[in-house]
Amino acid sequence: MNKTFADVVVDVNEEGYLTDFSQWTKEIASEMADEEGIELTDEHWNVLAYLQDQYKNETALSIRKIGKSGIVSIKEFYTLFPNGPLKIASKLAGIPKPKSCI
Amino acid sequence: MDKPKDKTIKKMMLVLSRATLDSVYACFILANGARMEGIESEIFFTFFGLEAIQKEKLKHLRIATTGNPAMHIPTLLGGLPGMEALATKMMKSEMEKLDIPPVDEFLEILSASGTKLWACKLAMDMFHIEKDQLIDEIDDVITVGDFYAKSEGEGTQMMFI
Repeated sequence: MNKTFADVVVDVNEEGYLTDFSQWTKEIASEMADEEGIELTDEHWNVLAYLQDQYKNETALSIRKIGKSGIVSIKEFYTLFPNGPLKIASKLAGIPKPKSCI
Repeated sequence: MDKPKDKTIKKMMLVLSRATLDSVYACFILANGARMEGIESEIFFTFFGLEAIQKEKLKHLRIATTGNPAMHIPTLLGGLPGMEALATKMMKSEMEKLDIPPVDEFLEILSASGTKLWACKLAMDMFHIEKDQLIDEIDDVITVGDFYAKSEGEGTQMMFI
């Protein structure tokens, strides 16, 4: 599937996640955030950068790992990305939806 | 025309009445999994479920090795001293590999994630448990009626474990 963000056509899956991380840009993240009703602040960007690093290192993500990351507490994570923080943050970061149940 | 009804789950109300490690984890993973999907979740700890939120007890929860056919251990062997501890140790080590937190840390994660944690007043009275024996993350000691009142609203599901 294709979707246009910030005048750029990118490949996404049926849930709206980028299927090719190399297509990710900050502008795309900002537009996705608009759709989720989130205004991205420095704290948000820090989290997105952390998730992308983990993805590049092929580390599986979980809420527990986020809490131990030193980047953001679990409570803050839920405040920054309400309505499902790990899946929404992953979407904005341009990485696949985590398969973790925890 | 009426809008199509939103049938998604909005809130999971979980009742935990047992203290075997497998039941406790089932409950916690469901509660946490709900929050991860943007679904509200609340847990009502009652009867033996109260063991999971008592400071002095929650680190000593175990798997039941007797009366549990899924363990594939003959009941007589399952009753031998040390069997429960051994089975529990093995399960905990497998869980750690999967990044599943221990009970105390899991409760902290749930609380930080916005899961409401309630203790049952009747069971507290019955087992003579005082509030200061419970972990600090407990939101309150409430009655069944209070719990039903908190379950109000469309899209609420209730589950007994």
